[in-house]
Amino acid sequence: MTRMTVREAISQALREEMYRDERVFIMGEEIGKWGGTYAVTRGFLDEFGEKRVKDTPIAEGVIVGAATGAAVAGLRPVAEIMTINFLFLAMDALVNHAAKLHYMFNGQMKVPLVVRTVGGGGRQLGATHSQTPDAIFAHFPGLKVVAPATAADSKGLLKAAIRDDDPVLFIEHATLYQSKGEVPDDEDFVVPIGVSDVKRAGKDVTIVSYSKGLQLSLEAAEKLEKEGIDAEVIDLRTLRPLDTRPVVESVKKTNRMVVVEEGWRAYGVGAEVASRVTELAFDYLDAPVRRVAQAEVPLPYNRRLEQMALPQVPDIINAVKDVMYLK
Amino acid sequence: MAELLTMPKLGFDMAEGKLSEWLKKPGEAMTQGETILLVETDKATVEVPAFRAGVLLEILVEAGESVPIGTPVGVIGEAGEKVDLASLGVAGEAAPKVVAEAAESTEEAAAPQEAAPEPVAPAEDGRVLASPVALRMAAELGIDLRQVAGTGPMGRVIKRDIETYVQERDKAPAAPPPPPIPTPSYEPSGAEYTVEALSGIRQTIGKRMTESKQNAPHFYVTMDIDMGPAMALRAQLNAVLPESDKISVNDLVQKAAAVALREFPKINAAWSAEGIRIQNQVNIGHAVARENGLVTAVVRDVDKKSLAQVARETRDLVARARDGKMKPDEMVGGTFTISNLGMFDVDEFIAIINPPQAAILAVGAVQKMPVVNAEGQIVAGTRMKATISADHRVTDGAEAAKFMQALKKALEEPVRLLI
Repeated sequence: MTRMTVREAISQALREEMYRDERVFIMGEEIGKWGGTYAVTRGFLDEFGEKRVKDTPIAEGVIVGAATGAAVAGLRPVAEIMTINFLFLAMDALVNHAAKLHYMFNGQMKVPLVVRTVGGGGRQLGATHSQTPDAIFAHFPGLKVVAPATAADSKGLLKAAIRDDDPVLFIEHATLYQSKGEVPDDEDFVVPIGVSDVKRAGKDVTIVSYSKGLQLSLEAAEKLEKEGIDAEVIDLRTLRPLDTRPVVESVKKTNRMVVVEEGWRAYGVGAEVASRVTELAFDYLDAPVRRVAQAEVPLPYNRRLEQMALPQVPDIINAVKDVMYLK
Repeated sequence: MAELLTMPKLGFDMAEGKLSEWLKKPGEAMTQGETILLVETDKATVEVPAFRAGVLLEILVEAGESVPIGTPVGVIGEAGEKVDLASLGVAGEAAPKVVAEAAESTEEAAAPQEAAPEPVAPAEDGRVLASPVALRMAAELGIDLRQVAGTGPMGRVIKRDIETYVQERDKAPAAPPPPPIPTPSYEPSGAEYTVEALSGIRQTIGKRMTESKQNAPHFYVTMDIDMGPAMALRAQLNAVLPESDKISVNDLVQKAAAVALREFPKINAAWSAEGIRIQNQVNIGHAVARENGLVTAVVRDVDKKSLAQVARETRDLVARARDGKMKPDEMVGGTFTISNLGMFDVDEFIAIINPPQAAILAVGAVQKMPVVNAEGQIVAGTRMKATISADHRVTDGAEAAKFMQALKKALEEPVRLLI
């Protein structure tokens, strides 16, 4: 085990996979000479050369389109889109091509593509650069969507994504890069895509989250413990395919659930999880499922307003007390 | 403006009410909420408050009469107001307009609750609000939700309310409303005795069995079953089965019961306030005798499991039941119960239904006896008597008899149990 930041874990996963398989290459805006906007690929250009580290024009449709073509042709591209907000410009390449080619052409081709991108707010980047539209991408069959929270999961899931023969959208969170955790040293440490993880065992209430929301949920769980409430916290890690089994098992035990996500509430990840729980564990619920999510506004630039609009630890604590009928 | 007062719906399953007493005479004034009428339901006499202030203008139904809910029983209006029944929709065959408020405002009276933390406002249709898990627990534990004080929003019954209720209930003698198990009021004169304190399990048995006998109208159907073929099959099977899987007579009976229950879902059912609950699973409870009383060990999905598997699970469960090592969830969820006293040389007996289940099967010993065969000769036969006790609210004699026929057939042609 080595303690490292999420940034280092992602960087290490990329590096290891590039050494492991020469078909793996990276491309994106400012990833080469500049080392990446979030410094994930710093040093890669010198280490692997221009052929495998490609700076691209500012043209997201081109990046994902070209990467999709390269994947179909037999390479294993990892394309970086500077922020998830810019991925909308590549929507057609991603959801109409990458996600559907394998299906529409009877499996004649595979699309082993990874699109790495950065989502989330909280850094005063304004409404168009701070979004958490993860659920939109998780809507499309054919596209796997991964959004880890911890260093170990970031490394293990990115390696799994690169080794996967389907297109995977790998969503990093702008405020989690500095967060530290223990990461296994094994070069073949892989976290399977589509497996949720109980990050904290508890018996009184189930908190389901992922990415930044997981960090908040674990903080909330610690505070709740001081009040005698034992919360179980589950990390979805993958949004598609979504693994609800640990969630359902947990709800059968606790009878109540709060879902935490940074994105907007409407049509969100929480809505999907809540719906599945009513389908699979209806007879076990003791209270309506509560969703903690971003206020339904374009995220404000003003720092105070931005923090008010984003889900916070006290919001989670309140929701937990709500479903426990403690108010 | 004059408005109709109608017979309120005072309980979940109330269809009609008996107007036991008017507390106001025509012409008398009332304030809103003042009791004006007493209504007798099959459970209690309930005070009906005025849904508005005014004067009782007219009595349409006299005390002593029973009428369906929604029937206009009186008219409330302003002093001196002239009543035009036709305009109120009462004349002739016209359907009476229901003044819903009266019914709503009396719901609380129907289900008195001790100082609930939140105002209790049951749903308009008289439905008890309950969380899904509370509903499931109530069904499994045979609890009438109307007896449980809900502490959730809108008086919703939630998990902790059921837990509290069960705790209170199991604390026993404290709760007077359901009268204690009747004990003779006389003392046997002269004879000496000692008193054995009631254990928790004895109290529970006492309460549950009394409740069953008082509430569920039992009827009984007995059948004589030729066990020759089943005993032959058992001998054949046990010759090849390992010790742990050996099949008992009781396993044959429960497997046969499962086959018959699949055919007659109304026997695999439960009586509940919301209606007859047809159970999806066939989970057979076994009455297991222990020193201090009976417990039920539940074998799940008996219809779906092989005879050997059923035998194995039952042996394990019963052994643990005797040692008091069953998990709580292994004692609940039964949909039908079998009580077998064959090992005590009992010819036949009748059992008390384990509520809320619809039926229980009482099984006697397998015995050698003279029987008359198809040719009219007296020969040695192997027979067993089984008696079903069934809840007449859920099923009827003919159906129970057909169920017993199916059980008999399954045991007399026991290859069916291997399918």
